[in-house]
Amino acid sequence: MTDNTQTSAASPAPRAQETVERHRYDVLVIGAGGAGLRAAIEARLAGKRTAIISKSLFGKAHTVMAEGGAAAAMGNVNPNDNWMVHFRDTMRGGKFLNNYRMAELHAKEAPERVWELETYGALFDRTKDGKISQRNFGGHEYPRLAHVGDRTGLELIRTLQQKIVSLQQEDKAELGDYEARVRVFAECTITDLLVTDGRIAGAIGYYRESGKIVLFEAPAIVLATGGVGKAYKVTSNSWEYTGDGHALALRAGATLINMEFLQFHPTGMVWPPSVRGILVTESVRGDGGVLRNTEGKRFMFDYVPDVFRSQYAETEEEADRWYTDPDNNRRPPELLPRDEVARAINAEVKAGRGTPAGGVYLDVSSRLPAEVILKKLPSMYHQFKELADVDITKQPMEVGPTCHYIMGGVEVDADTAATMVPGLFAAGEVSGGMHGSNRLGGNSLSDLLVFGKRAGEHAAKYVDSLSERPAVRPTDVQAAIGTILAPLTRAEGENPYAVWHELQDVMQSLVGIIRRKHELEEAIKRLEELRPRVASVKATGGRRFNPGWHLALDLRNMIVVSECVARAALEREESRGGHTREDFPTMDPKWRRLNLVCSLVGDQVTLTPKPVPKMPRELLALFDKAELKKYLTPEELAELDEPSESTGGAEAGRSN
Amino acid sequence: MARHTFRVWRGDANGGQLSDYEVEVNEGEVVLDVLHRLQATQTPDLAVRWNCKAGKCGSCSMEINGKPKLACMTRMSTFADGETVTVTPLRTFPVIRDLVTDVSFNFQKLREMPAFAPPPGLKPGEYRMQQVDVERSQEFRKCIECFLCQNVCHVIRDHEENKPAFSGPRLFIRAAELDMHPLDARTDRKEFAKEEQGLGYCNITKCCTEVCPEHIKITDNAIIPMKERVVDNRYDPLVWLGRKIFRRDQMPGYLGGPTQERLPVSEIVADRAGANSPYGDDITFPLPTESLTYEHTKED
Repeated sequence: MTDNTQTSAASPAPRAQETVERHRYDVLVIGAGGAGLRAAIEARLAGKRTAIISKSLFGKAHTVMAEGGAAAAMGNVNPNDNWMVHFRDTMRGGKFLNNYRMAELHAKEAPERVWELETYGALFDRTKDGKISQRNFGGHEYPRLAHVGDRTGLELIRTLQQKIVSLQQEDKAELGDYEARVRVFAECTITDLLVTDGRIAGAIGYYRESGKIVLFEAPAIVLATGGVGKAYKVTSNSWEYTGDGHALALRAGATLINMEFLQFHPTGMVWPPSVRGILVTESVRGDGGVLRNTEGKRFMFDYVPDVFRSQYAETEEEADRWYTDPDNNRRPPELLPRDEVARAINAEVKAGRGTPAGGVYLDVSSRLPAEVILKKLPSMYHQFKELADVDITKQPMEVGPTCHYIMGGVEVDADTAATMVPGLFAAGEVSGGMHGSNRLGGNSLSDLLVFGKRAGEHAAKYVDSLSERPAVRPTDVQAAIGTILAPLTRAEGENPYAVWHELQDVMQSLVGIIRRKHELEEAIKRLEELRPRVASVKATGGRRFNPGWHLALDLRNMIVVSECVARAALEREESRGGHTREDFPTMDPKWRRLNLVCSLVGDQVTLTPKPVPKMPRELLALFDKAELKKYLTPEELAELDEPSESTGGAEAGRSN
Repeated sequence: MARHTFRVWRGDANGGQLSDYEVEVNEGEVVLDVLHRLQATQTPDLAVRWNCKAGKCGSCSMEINGKPKLACMTRMSTFADGETVTVTPLRTFPVIRDLVTDVSFNFQKLREMPAFAPPPGLKPGEYRMQQVDVERSQEFRKCIECFLCQNVCHVIRDHEENKPAFSGPRLFIRAAELDMHPLDARTDRKEFAKEEQGLGYCNITKCCTEVCPEHIKITDNAIIPMKERVVDNRYDPLVWLGRKIFRRDQMPGYLGGPTQERLPVSEIVADRAGANSPYGDDITFPLPTESLTYEHTKED
């Protein structure tokens, strides 16, 4: 063991016997998914003593669920691809609300980050000439996603995990201890960041296994905790996704942006309940699957928006001919963009034409012969057979929108991943800005790598820049311990599971895909009512691996992050990407210029509008003027026509 | 909707017991759903590990009616109406609490496995490999580290004493994966598997393959090829000649190594379960007794 560990009685202790395990590190990485592990690798390579906090076992993070691949413009399949095309696709996908600098860095650096993985031992699928193969994906102009079948996320996390191990082996050889410079704290949850005089001093949490308190003194912390899907009833996210990093950042004084933007995938499984939320790939529809309501009607024909009218079939006959003759027929409306399909399914269910489980039917069995289904959709056949006992060659699937990803997150500086709080960095899903109002498939895995690395690198640099480390204040430690133990010590209190289910109900039904003013107001009111109830839940049982207690503490994060989502959704009076307002159904260029910044004042969530970083001319020049007209205000367009001035975009554009 | 009795092991390292719960089961649910319902309605502190609930992360490994399984992939419809379902923690690892076990043994072994060695002279982006060549290793990289194979392996199941010397099936496929990696710069993966990981303990009962939720052919595609490579030198003419001249236990490269003073021929004195035949794997029986080259164990 390293000599920095000590156990000390935290004094003055409200509970005299409470002992706290203390650790001292240079960089503390909270989260052991792709972004966290990549950050930790970089911090360790910079010579920093690094701790990785993993809420689950090492290697189980939600990154394993990613299927499609990592988008990187390597040009292995189509040599025309380059960072500029990728940048353009990313900005379009995000409806121009993205932090342009993040999108630029991401597009430029993703190839290097993917190639690097091969030197760690990753084995991607190959092209004929032995390079990394790349696949097509929605919104990407060229085949761009490096992949391993449909388990790219697993490959990514295993590779990074194994790289951490290899660094530990180097340390063992050099220093005699695997954990001399990188240590993984598995099944450990951080509940609060400790800030002294406005700067990061450390973090505190508990071991799930023993329930013991653990304190980390570290001047630099990287948040890499993922999203908040567990605030919704139907989600593709795992139990860990309770908005921990978002809430930790808020409580430490950092800010969140774009919290109103959530990505709902239109076709998640809804039945049976055990698999609710798990994704059903888009290619089911691409290969001929149709959506029907409980009346047997192919309802998508009723939901073609005017802007798309000319490109989509008006009759079933025409739509059916498209599969074999796409040149002379228009596309079936089932293939409208994801947000349109998600909204249509949602409307059918709300109108009472959905299944009892709250979905609609996606049927391929009456459309294609069984042997064709088996050949074209083997993994879907397998997924439904194994998980749901449904034979998709004989029965329809039941599907509905599922909460998939949050575009919003901690406001960071694009180049350094630094938040507003000195010493605090954020990368991956927990950070905001990169994806604007909507993320493209495949851009998440590359985001993790690019900004994970940057966060680790700049956290290390920040540590070097310090003349002295902020000290953890004992009073803060005591307060945090009190918070952790409170649910166990209350005499009375509600079951945390019951409160959680109510929270999910509010978010699912009132802050879902389609938002309305009065529903959002209702949601905010109900969340406010839930807040004191969350603060007074009671966990039964002891401290050893007690999920009820853990949920009670996670709830504290979910409620504040949910409130940010609901408040930002009420404020933004337009529809863009992952935010749809029934009462403001179109995009408004004026709103494109604004991010809504959430911060915590006392225990109140407050919103402040803030200008979106302005894209410099050389990047704007990558787009057609006609295309920019869809997004920019007339004033912005007029500026474009003015003679060019000195640059200044790049610097001025950074968010802090 | 049906009612089932769930018999769940509750306790910790100090001991425990099976507790019965009457629980409602809805159509289409899996065992993990029912455990979650128990948490939400009857016993909030029931300890269960889980993450993705889609068979992709390998967290919810446990023993269901005595069989090692992922709880998220075990459908309730596979049980008869009203059948009692018994859920117990993995037996090979120490219990932490209820259904959660201490699987750190596996992470320890993973840490001892020498990492991928990048080929010298190739920069990032210069790696070239053919699909057909990466596919062999890709099969093993499907592993979700649920450790069901480790749990079921009889070398360590109920044999705590074998754990220091034996890494288990999860690590054998890792060894095979690196051995078959087209660009791994190390050439001693099989020797490492033999000498450090205890590959020789495995006597190919294929239990690991049977429980693998990713359907990785652990035994056929990893362990057997690695074993074959380990015994390759048996077919080397010099080694063959050596075998005629030396006692087996004096032969270089023999299992147990030349430093060993004598060859343990019975499992009782062997340092491993199911010790290899002292006659060698390449000899068919019966043999004329006068040609046998083994040495009888003697009293010390």
